[in-house]
Amino acid sequence: MLYLDHAATTPMRPAVWEAMEPFVTDTFGNSSGSHGVSRRAKNALEEAREVIAGLIGARPQEIVFTSGGTEADNLAIKGPALSSRGGGVVTTAVEHEAVLESAHFLASLGKPVTLVAPGSNGSVEPDRFVAAITSDTAVASVMVANNETGAVLPVTEIADAIRAASPGVLVHTDAVQAFNSQDLNVDELGVDLLSLAAHKFGGPRGVGLLYVRAGTLLEPVLHGGGQELGMRSGTHNVMGAVGMAVAAQIAVLDRAHFRARVAAERDAFEARLGELLRATPTIVGDRLPQHAHLRFPKRTNETMLIQLDQGGVAGSAGSACQSGAVTPSHVLSAMGMSPVEAAECLRFSFGWTTEPGDGLRGAELVAGLLS
Amino acid sequence: MKVLVAMSGGVDSSVAAAMMVEAGHDVIGVTLKLWEGPGGAMPTAGCCTVSDSEDARRVAAQLDIPYYVLNYTDRFKTGVVDRFLDDYLHGRTPNPCIECNRTVKFDHLLSQAGEFNCDLVVTGHYARNTYRDGFWRLSRGVDADKDQSYVLAMLGQRELEQVQFPVGVQTKAETREIAAGLGLRTAAKPDSQDICFVGDGDYRDFVRKHSDEAERPGVLVDTAGNVVGEHQGIINFTVGQRKGLGVTFGEPRYVVEVKPESSTVVIGRRSDLAVRSIVVDQVTWVTGAQPDRPAVIVQYRAHGEANPAVFAVDDDHVIINFDRTQYGIAVGQTAALYDGDEVVGSGIIVA
Repeated sequence: MLYLDHAATTPMRPAVWEAMEPFVTDTFGNSSGSHGVSRRAKNALEEAREVIAGLIGARPQEIVFTSGGTEADNLAIKGPALSSRGGGVVTTAVEHEAVLESAHFLASLGKPVTLVAPGSNGSVEPDRFVAAITSDTAVASVMVANNETGAVLPVTEIADAIRAASPGVLVHTDAVQAFNSQDLNVDELGVDLLSLAAHKFGGPRGVGLLYVRAGTLLEPVLHGGGQELGMRSGTHNVMGAVGMAVAAQIAVLDRAHFRARVAAERDAFEARLGELLRATPTIVGDRLPQHAHLRFPKRTNETMLIQLDQGGVAGSAGSACQSGAVTPSHVLSAMGMSPVEAAECLRFSFGWTTEPGDGLRGAELVAGLLS
Repeated sequence: MKVLVAMSGGVDSSVAAAMMVEAGHDVIGVTLKLWEGPGGAMPTAGCCTVSDSEDARRVAAQLDIPYYVLNYTDRFKTGVVDRFLDDYLHGRTPNPCIECNRTVKFDHLLSQAGEFNCDLVVTGHYARNTYRDGFWRLSRGVDADKDQSYVLAMLGQRELEQVQFPVGVQTKAETREIAAGLGLRTAAKPDSQDICFVGDGDYRDFVRKHSDEAERPGVLVDTAGNVVGEHQGIINFTVGQRKGLGVTFGEPRYVVEVKPESSTVVIGRRSDLAVRSIVVDQVTWVTGAQPDRPAVIVQYRAHGEANPAVFAVDDDHVIINFDRTQYGIAVGQTAALYDGDEVVGSGIIVA
């Protein structure tokens, strides 16, 4: 099998599981308890919080652990909107569904929601984005990089402009897809809220976090025992947090190397598929080095995915419904592609297990299976 | 051989897949997502529901074959549902299962199967497909109660060459036994009865919901043209219908004609429904050529009886003369022509 769907999820780094294992067995305690086994769990949790905070330039109290990227995005969008009077949301039309559907929900409650359209490069113009901010806006959300196309968006420029013009507006960024390869520092980005998911960078599935700048008021999405400073109730997933911290450390240490390695394979992959099948990259411009989002003329992604799976190659189309059927991508349609054009696209994504030569080998394999 | 099995999540296609695996083929299972609920979700009632695709997925997993859901919603909407609505609004009586077989399953799926390098497409229909005297032949399934050759009657050589119906050689009870023997979760699943996209409801509600025209009021007239009543839309009437006319007479009255342009429904006596001959178009012959013998047996309803008749080709139409008078034939229905148990051709009734 050739796994080229690391953007969907990527294998856990071995050291991560090693670090997590004691919390399945010996140190099983509920971190909110007042006895030894709980205390040890609590210590591990807080250590994990410190480690991750340090890696993104935050303070430990600014980290809210969640069940993953989706929950972090929900809290980042609904939290500010439900705790302010205007409650408006400005975001881009290419965000992950976790952001878009949260905004959609708020719109159904009567909150003003604006989706800023991207250009054909999959990114948004900062001026255009900032112009959509009004006095009703509670939160503005722009992803660091798009999960489907890999397009990198100008978060820093947008955050700076918003801070200058509308300092009351919270700025959120969904960095879920970007952590592997992009240097992320909350102050340099200029954001108040930032979402991460552990499984995208070699951690376990089922844990993520929302960075919440100190002093930010959020209405919780999950009410209950008041964990995470009241912003996210629920018994802590200690082993998840521990695993996430280790994975984040490895990802940051490996980042420069990872970037170079996946970019080399991705470029070789794209170049060869261009020669063999006249496939072309969808995004010209700033994009993640691990993403190859390609358009295959006169083919359809549904058929291609099955042809690839038959030969043991894992790729991905934009999105799938609950049943698993390929559905049209909202990202590509927002970029102005017709349904037929959008259906010609596939995403291949490289990851930490990618070996030198996989790019070329993958291209040959893909071309063989598709022809 | 490499085989694609169309799996609906029912017992028949589950067993069809199991039989192909048993025969040693390289099998892949697919479910066609034909229809969707609000927001693009799988519907929760009728066919193609989440639980149906989940059943298909689980059976495929048990058989250890790859399984995919293919998105056919656009194709199904244009080819089947829009046409279904159009037919009713034009006073015709459609059979959407036949349209689905014609325009979706045995058209696009066959070409898509080729793209997956599959040599054969297999479904769970109760019919038989055999090769004899240089042609592929389509015959009734062994189980007379479950026979589905009628809804496959439009298939020709190009399609039959690429399809197989493994359960057609056995009874439904045998199919269920095989499923139970293999421990398939679909073994005792009830048969689907409804028009899949209509679900549990009345097809009339479906048409009303999707078209304003369906509720255009009009008049009921007798065969002489006298107005005898009013109605709330032609969708409430099909040819041959006796109940729910909204008017009463001393003896039973039937719908004998629906005129959509003027929203008029003609009612009359049973004798006014009497038909000895019909005209069909969109004619297809299973072998590609009309049979030598004009004597055939004609079936014009999915579970209707078969009636002896003689056919004659007239340009691109076929005229069918029944040996005995028929009652309640509606325009839009499919007429399937048989020689014994073997389908020889089919067409759509236009007059």
